[in-house]
Amino acid sequence: MSAPTPTEDRPTEPTATTSTPPATSSKPPKLSKPSRSSAVGRPHAAWALPGVLFFAFFAVVPMLLAFYLSFTSWDGLGDPQPVGLDNWRKLIDDDRMVQSLWLTVLLTAASWVFQTVIALLLGVWAAGRQRNRAVLSAIFFVPFLLSSTAIALLFYALLDPNFGIIQENILGSSSGAFLAIVFVGGWQFIPFHTLIYQGGARQIPEVLYQAAAIDGAGRYRQFFSITLPQLRHTVTTSTVLLVVGSLTYFETVLILTKGGPGTDTAILPYLMYEAGFKSYDFGYASAIASFLVVTATGLSLILVRLTGFGSMRSTREGM
Amino acid sequence: MESISGRSNGGRPTGGQSMGESPDSPGSPGSPGSPGSGTFGSRTFSRRWVLGAGATTLLTTGLTACGSGDGSGGGGSTITAFTYGDDAVKVQTAAVDRFNKSAASKSAKGKVKLEKVPGTDYSAKLRTAMGSPSAPDVFFNWGGGSIKAYQEANQLIDLTDTIEGDPVLKGGFLPSVLAAGGLGGRNYGIPMRGMQPVILFYNKSVFAEHKLQPPTTWAELQDINTKLKAAKITPFALGGADTWTELMWLEYLVDRIGGPEVFAKIQGGDASAWGDPAVLKAAETVKELIDDGAFGSKFSSVSYVNGGAPAVFAKGKAAMHLMGSWEYSTQLGKFPSFAKNNLGWCAFPTVEGGTGDIRNVVGNPTNYWSVNSRTQNKDAAIAFLKDCASEAYAKALVANGDIPTTANAAKLLEASPNPEFAKFQYEMVEKAPAFTLSWDQALGADIATPMLTEINKLFVGKSSPSQFVSALKELK
Repeated sequence: MSAPTPTEDRPTEPTATTSTPPATSSKPPKLSKPSRSSAVGRPHAAWALPGVLFFAFFAVVPMLLAFYLSFTSWDGLGDPQPVGLDNWRKLIDDDRMVQSLWLTVLLTAASWVFQTVIALLLGVWAAGRQRNRAVLSAIFFVPFLLSSTAIALLFYALLDPNFGIIQENILGSSSGAFLAIVFVGGWQFIPFHTLIYQGGARQIPEVLYQAAAIDGAGRYRQFFSITLPQLRHTVTTSTVLLVVGSLTYFETVLILTKGGPGTDTAILPYLMYEAGFKSYDFGYASAIASFLVVTATGLSLILVRLTGFGSMRSTREGM
Repeated sequence: MESISGRSNGGRPTGGQSMGESPDSPGSPGSPGSPGSGTFGSRTFSRRWVLGAGATTLLTTGLTACGSGDGSGGGGSTITAFTYGDDAVKVQTAAVDRFNKSAASKSAKGKVKLEKVPGTDYSAKLRTAMGSPSAPDVFFNWGGGSIKAYQEANQLIDLTDTIEGDPVLKGGFLPSVLAAGGLGGRNYGIPMRGMQPVILFYNKSVFAEHKLQPPTTWAELQDINTKLKAAKITPFALGGADTWTELMWLEYLVDRIGGPEVFAKIQGGDASAWGDPAVLKAAETVKELIDDGAFGSKFSSVSYVNGGAPAVFAKGKAAMHLMGSWEYSTQLGKFPSFAKNNLGWCAFPTVEGGTGDIRNVVGNPTNYWSVNSRTQNKDAAIAFLKDCASEAYAKALVANGDIPTTANAAKLLEASPNPEFAKFQYEMVEKAPAFTLSWDQALGADIATPMLTEINKLFVGKSSPSQFVSALKELK
């Protein structure tokens, strides 16, 4: 797109074309002026159409289909048979569901602590002006660019009990397998949250620190009294993404542990996969999926409400 | 058989673009020193993000378009055959080429297009395809429970009459193997790969070094275990990260303790048969082995699929390995000199007081082709299946190191890469009073999946033998 700038309504003519009447060549740029100014401002609603359609076809429609399937019995062949609330009753009675829910909560909590603490510190550091900061930040970002599957396969090889770098029975023990999943997830997603915190920390006005310095606040005091409170909304944003991400965490579990040992790392998305693509019980798998959608949406809403993020109260009130 | 990697479709934390970010906030700490680095950087990132996402979408759509293209060749209809895409697929590729040039193909006015589905995804992909309009006409399967859902949905052609009326098919295969491809006495499958009995392999050099003989009874096996542990060698390699490797132990123990009738009853749909004392005894025996350290301390994170267990075995860290006959070709690929010189094999030992015959075999008799009842060209499909009984097909299997389940196989085995092993296997299967199909293939996926989970819990000590039995009785 090369819309001519308004000041340039008379293009500089090359010397060879001076014989031609100047009027003809100077007209067209003028014409484009009004149309350009009307394009400034809010884009037309139609611009959202591709995005909306994409979202509708690949998110909303499948979600509604899954919800419908959760009231049927379907093994992937023939037509789904309506079974009323059977799958939902099974969901409530299933012992594995209880364990799975507990594991999911535990995974979410452990991931939050692990990722938030490191990402927050790294992000605040990356927002500064140290030597080599940009280079190091770029290197730290690399894990997030790799595919989850590749990362999981990599760690699977590293943790091999006979040929890996740590030759212990990590993935075969309950706590070891769980911690490995938390660690690998953190290794992958900390860079992403670091980026969020870096952006957040960059926006904290310098004057706050200058005032604090005059008042005699040291680095730690500044961090806890200025940086942290100012990053409140950033923490919420990161937390919502992290919680929803943990609720849908899947490929790492599939590759590292397949839900094992026994059922000790079978979090909800894995249980859903197993019901759907191992047992071919798509009705029950859809019930778990619907439950996940409702839980994840509900949790993010609650988080947003509790933190006051929704009402968008400024972190800079009175400034 | 399942494996480590699957198609992953779980979401990652999405977003990644600006969230509540006020445009170009003034006085950001970085702005005086580094000119505009913050905002410029983030803009580049987001543009790349969008472009990347767009490219990915295009790629995916493009690939899907290619995949669904149903290139039907000229001159008659093309039928699609799904097969399990591992190393042995070259035998099917050759068969398809041969068939497409043959007179049988011309008279049936059909050609075959082979689609090689990566092994780890095979079952799920087949299920999805069979429920869709782009279902294959002919497909690879394990017989028994693996085709039960398709048979119940009337998606299979009953091949019984075709086989009865065709001397090539009727006399072409070992009867017990042909029968295992069916359900309820009717035939739905034609054998198309080598036989895969489960065999007790042992490392000859380790056995020679410690003056051991392959066990024929459980007492001998325990004696060997004691000696090996004293020498700091793990008696058995076990890739416990893949639950089907653990399943093999229970399959043989239940057979040796209670005979093949115990599982036959379970396979027949009687879940209470899990309560047979033989199942509990087998589970207790497994627990004894584990507590005794027969599998070492790390087996639950060792995998078969990624080569862990075979390597432990080949390197002499473990002395024995209970595995399907494909262990030979696995070792031949990874540790050729071990496979040729030091790999020994024997039948699973008897258990004192048990009723099972030492000649009984568990495992996969073979794999089968079944025909989709919605096929547009049944004649071509059946003509293609007949090729599996041909000598050319059997020879290709033998050359690949497989043992065909055809009646003519015995005389071809001299040409095998390892005639001694080939003959051992062929005789083992031919003389077996009973060949029990792998439990996970004999039962439908709806039961096999939780069963495998319970087996894994037993092996990792998450449930006791009695808890194991009561959990299995609950499977309906």
